[in-house]
This record gives sequence, structure tokens and C-alpha cells, in this order.
Amino acid sequence: MTGLVLAEFTTTEKWVVNSFWGVIAVAMVYAALRVVTTKNVVHAALWLVVVLAGVAVQFLFLGAEFVAVTQILVYIGAVIVLFLFGVMLTRASMGDDEGVGDEKRAMAAVVGILLLAVMAFALVDSFDDIEIITDGPQSVTTVSDSIFSQYIVPFEAVSVLLLAALIGAIVVARQD
Amino acid sequence: MLLNQFLLLAAVLFCIGVYGVLARKNGMLVLMSVELILNAVNINLVAFGTFTDDVGGAVFALFTIAVAAAEVGIGLAIVLLMYRNRRSIDLSEADLLKG
Repeated sequence: MTGLVLAEFTTTEKWVVNSFWGVIAVAMVYAALRVVTTKNVVHAALWLVVVLAGVAVQFLFLGAEFVAVTQILVYIGAVIVLFLFGVMLTRASMGDDEGVGDEKRAMAAVVGILLLAVMAFALVDSFDDIEIITDGPQSVTTVSDSIFSQYIVPFEAVSVLLLAALIGAIVVARQD
Repeated sequence: MLLNQFLLLAAVLFCIGVYGVLARKNGMLVLMSVELILNAVNINLVAFGTFTDDVGGAVFALFTIAVAAAEVGIGLAIVLLMYRNRRSIDLSEADLLKG
């Protein structure tokens, strides 16, 4: 059951849902840290699968079923396979990636932590205790109606973009 | 559930992605970090869409997924071309345009 109607839940059930959410969130953050720290490129791609699956579960928590399914199809189904093919075709990168030097890595960590501090402060300051009320899952009908009426122009633009990217990728990667 | 728990999780993923982009040399690993950033943005879009009870959030998350697929296709093509020309995908060696 997805798109949880939390308003109808008892306190215990809410606690169970929230702790489930917490477990997923911790797993996602750990996997994301492994993606950016592990030296083996294939391992990084496999840890990325964990993060992407976690994001799909977050979409389910928010009641966006169709986005969650698309996330699994496009990311875990296609993008990860593309990454693994890329790793295979650039054999030189199969081994260890030493990364940048310690000094640069420390600077990158400082940038990341400062950015997180600023964003966390802004978020806590503006959305302190606002609750999300999900009234059941979003139906696919609503999403598709919206895409093909209100958002038809961006939809066509994305279609053209995908075609351009397809042709561009062939032109760039072609042997000649 | 709080809106903030989703937004803070997305912020953490975003910052980990930024760290990855800055601290990695391998072109493949930089592209993976970019995927982390794009996914963090998607969580934000869907969270705000659910919060405002508007389907626009989910629709734009779908558009972002399509754009990310195009991005990773082009990105991998560029990395492959770089590998073919220089036998290495170390981004710190790609300094042809450096002044």
C-alpha cells in the first residue's frame, strides 16, 4: 500500500511508518557516501542503484506512484546499464580511482558541508513543522491529463530534446 | 510526515553529489555524482508537488528524469570519445581549453 493516508493512522502506525522512512533515509545517505568515496568504479555504480531505489521509495511515500515506477524503469533499468557499459568500454578506469589530492578533497568537503549548513538552516527556518498531508496516491490519469493538456509544450520540447540527444550521442561517439 | 524531512534528505544527497563532482577525477564517477544531484532535485519537486496538492511537481520530476537520461547519454558519449583520443578519462588531464 502506497500513498499512505497518514491522517487515518494511529500514533503507533505513524511511528512505524516514520521509522521505516528513517531506515531508508539512512541507507540512502550511506550508499550516497559510498558512491562518492569508493575507489572501484563498478562498486560506485552498484551503490548508486541503492540510492536510486531509495529515491523511488521516497516517491512512494509522497504518493507519486507513476514517478516512482518511471524512476525504477529509467534510472535503475537504463541509466545504470549505460554506466556499466561505459565502465566496460573505458577499461582503463576499471581499477582504482585515486581521485584528487588530499588538499583538494578537504576543500570539496568544506564546500559540501558549508552548502549543507546553509540549506539546512534555510529549510528549518522556513518549513519548520509543516506537515505533508497525502490523500492517497496520485492517479496516473491525473498525471497524464496534466501532461497532455497544461504541460503539452514542455512535453514536446522534451521529446525534441531527447531526439537531439540521441542524434548528438551517435555523432559524438561515432568512429570515423 | 513533515515536509522538512524530505527536503533535508534531498539537501544531504545534493551536498554529497557536489562533493563527488569536486573530489573525483574519473569522468564516469563525476557523471554518477551529477545523477545524485539530479535525484535530490527530483525529491524536492515531488515533495512540494504533494505538499501543494498540485500534479505539476510530479510532471516536472518526469521531465527532469527525461532530461537526466539525455544528459547521461551525451555525457557518456563525451567520456568515450575522450577515452578513445587520450586512453584515459582522467578529467584533470582534460585541460586543452585552459588559458
